[in-house]
Amino acid sequence: MGNLFKKMFSRENRGRTASYLIIIIAYIVLEIMRLSGNMTNLLSSLLVPVCCYITAAIALNLNVGFSGELNLGQGGFMGVGAFTAVVVSGSLAGVIPNPVIRLILAMIAGAVLAGAVGWLIGIPVLKLQGDYLAIVTLAFGQIIKSLITNLYVGLDKNGMHFSFVDNHLNLAEGGKVLISGPMGATGTERIATFTAGAVLILIALTIVYNLIRSRHGRAIMAARDNRIAAESVGIHIANTKMLAVVISAALAGAAGALFGLNNASLAASKFDFNLSILILVYVVLGGLGNLNGTIIATTVLVLLPELLRSLQDYRMLIYAVILIVIMLVSNNEKMKTGLERLRRKTGKGADSHA
Amino acid sequence: MKFNSLVKGGLAAAMAFSMMACGGGSSSASSSAPVEAADGSVVIKIGGSGPTTGGAAQYGQAVENAFKLACDEVNASDSKIKFDYRFEDDQHDPEKAASAYGVLKDWGMQVSIGTVTSGPGQNVSPLYKEDHIFALTPSASSLAVIYEDSANMTNAFGTVFQMCFTDPNQGIVSADYISKHPDLGTKVGIIWKSDDNYSTGVHETFTAEAAKIGLDIVFDATFTNDTANDFSVQLTQAKDAGADLLYMPMYYDPASLILGQANAMGYAPTFFGIDGMDGILSLENFDKSLAEGVYLLYPANTNDERTAAFFKNYQDKYGDVPNQFAVDAYDCVYAIRQALENANAESSMSASELCDLMISQFTSMTYDGITGKSITWNANGEVSKTPLAVKIVDGAYAAAE
Repeated sequence: MGNLFKKMFSRENRGRTASYLIIIIAYIVLEIMRLSGNMTNLLSSLLVPVCCYITAAIALNLNVGFSGELNLGQGGFMGVGAFTAVVVSGSLAGVIPNPVIRLILAMIAGAVLAGAVGWLIGIPVLKLQGDYLAIVTLAFGQIIKSLITNLYVGLDKNGMHFSFVDNHLNLAEGGKVLISGPMGATGTERIATFTAGAVLILIALTIVYNLIRSRHGRAIMAARDNRIAAESVGIHIANTKMLAVVISAALAGAAGALFGLNNASLAASKFDFNLSILILVYVVLGGLGNLNGTIIATTVLVLLPELLRSLQDYRMLIYAVILIVIMLVSNNEKMKTGLERLRRKTGKGADSHA
Repeated sequence: MKFNSLVKGGLAAAMAFSMMACGGGSSSASSSAPVEAADGSVVIKIGGSGPTTGGAAQYGQAVENAFKLACDEVNASDSKIKFDYRFEDDQHDPEKAASAYGVLKDWGMQVSIGTVTSGPGQNVSPLYKEDHIFALTPSASSLAVIYEDSANMTNAFGTVFQMCFTDPNQGIVSADYISKHPDLGTKVGIIWKSDDNYSTGVHETFTAEAAKIGLDIVFDATFTNDTANDFSVQLTQAKDAGADLLYMPMYYDPASLILGQANAMGYAPTFFGIDGMDGILSLENFDKSLAEGVYLLYPANTNDERTAAFFKNYQDKYGDVPNQFAVDAYDCVYAIRQALENANAESSMSASELCDLMISQFTSMTYDGITGKSITWNANGEVSKTPLAVKIVDGAYAAAE
C-alpha cells in the first residue's frame, strides 16, 4: 500500500494522479450536491456537456499536443459519434430496455465508427509531410455536416430504412424516424448520465496516459520532435501518427455519442467548424500536452458564458475579452519567467509537461 | 515538495468549483422587473428564451421586446394578474436553450413562453414535460416542438402549446389559398431550401396538398445555404416551364435575391411567400419596389384597431416595425394572462399546479387576439385560427381577400 502511494506521487506519475484525483473528487462532490438537491438546475444541465467537451479536448490534445498534427475536424468526429449513437440507441430501444446497457453500446458504436472514419482519413494524409491533416480534417468536418443534413434514417417492423436528400423512407405503420434530414434527430430518449460522463473522462485519461508512456507513445512524440531522426531509428511515421489520429477520433466519437444522447433534439449544424475550433481553443489554452490544463481550461471556458449571464448582452463581448486576456497572460514572457522562478524556489525545477 | 503539482491542480479545481457555486448563487433575477404584490393582485413569474445574440438574434430580440412590452402593459393595467418576467438568451442553440431553461427554473418560473426558434424548442419541450411546466411558444413552429414522435404526430408533450401555425400547416393553408384564387396564377413553380428544416417541412405538405386538390405544379427546384446567392438557373427553368405563380417557402433573405434576379431577367410571375417572407420590407439596401405585389402569409390583421395600437407602441419604444415573431409573442402574453385569470390562479401556486390549470384552460377557452379572433387549441397544443394572407402594396401590408 505504502509502495503504491509512493508510486502514485512519484515525480513521473504526479500529473497523472492529479488528473484522476481532479475528476474523481469533482465527481463525488458534484454527485453529492446533485443527489442532496443542492445543485442549481443550470449547473445540473451543464454536467454532461462539460464531460463531453473535456473528453473531446483530451482526445484532441493527443493529436495536437503529443502527435503534433493539427486536427480541425474534432467536431465532425463528435457528430459521427452522436448520430451513430442516436440511431443505435433508437433502434435498440425495443430490444434492450435497460438504458445503461444501451448507452454503453451506443457509445462503443459511436467510438468505433468515428475511429474507422479517422483511420480512412489518415491513410492518404499521414503519408504526407506538412499541414495536410489540418486541411483534410477541416474539409471532413464540412462534408460530415452536409451528409448528415441530407440523411434520413427510419425504423419500422421491417427493419431500418435509409434515404438521402429527399425523404423517401416509406415507413410502415408505427415506424419511427430517427434522423430527419435538416431537422436532425428529434424525440431522442435522453439516457446520458453524469456518471457515464465521468467514467468516459477517466477512460480517456487512462488511454492517453498509458499510450504516451508506452513504446508507441514515445514513438509518437519522437516523430513530432524530429521526423528524420525518428525515421532513422526505424519508426514508421505514418503508422505511428495513425495510432494517435484513430484513438483521438474514437474518443471524440464516444464523447459525441454521450452528447447526442443527452439532447432530445440534435441537428447536424451543431457539429460545425465552430465546434472544432472551440475544442482546439480549450486545448491551446489548457496547454499542448498538458491534460490537467486541458481539463481545467475546458471546464472554465464551457461554464464561463453561463456564469456571465447576469451581464446580459455584454457577456459575449466579455467572454471574448477574457479569452484574449488568458491567451496574452499565459504567453507572456515575464509571466513565464516569474512562474519558472517560483517553481525553482519551491525546489521542483523545470520539468517537461508530459 | 513532491505534492506541489498535485496541490496546484487541487487549487485550480477548487477555483473552478467556487466559480460554479458562484454561478449558481448569482443567477437571481437580473432582467426581471420586480413587481409589487399590492392590493390582492396575483404575481406570476413568466419566463422565456430566444436568440438575443448570434445569427438569429433579430427573431429573439423581436420576441423579447414584444414580450416585455406586453408584460409591462398588463402590469400597468388594472388586470388582477401581474407578471414578473425574465427572458434569457439561447443563441438559437439547443444546448444553450437547455441551460437557459435551467436558469429560468432556478429563478422560479411558473409559466413560460417557451423558446422563439424550433431547434432549441425541440430540445427543451421534453424538459417542460418532465417538470410539468406550461409553455406557449410564439414562434417555434416545428412539429417536433409539440410532438415527441413528430413523423407520426403522436405522443404530444401536452404541456407545450403553439401560438403560430405548425410548418406543415402553412403548406396546406397556402396550397388551399392558391387554388381558391386562380387569378393569382394556375401554373405553380416552387423554389425551396433543401437544407432547411422549415422550408423542407412546408414544401412537403404543400406538394402533398397540391396533389390532393389538383393544383398544377409545373416546376420544383431547390437551393442550399451554399448556393443561396445565385438563382438564375432556377428562375430560367421556372420561366421556361411557364410558371405564372412562384411559391417561395423560405426566409426573406434568399427571397429578396430571387425577387431582384427575376426582375433583372424580366420574369414577373405572382410571388407567394409564407410567414418567413415577413421582414423583407425592413431589409437594408433592398429596393422595396421589387416586393410590390408579393403575397405572403402573415399572422396579424393590419386593419385591426388593437394591432395598430400595438404597432404604434412597439415602434415608439423600440424604433422598428414589429415582425410576425413580435406579434405572436404579444398574443402569447395576453392569452396566458386570460387563462390565468379564468383559472383564478394564485401567486403561491407551483408551476406544476398552474400547468394543470393552464392546460384545462387552453383546451377549453377561446381567445381573441391581434393574430386572429376566436383562437382555440387542441389537447396536443396545436393552434386553430384563420390564416391571413397579405399583399404588399405601396411598401406596406394590405389585407388580401
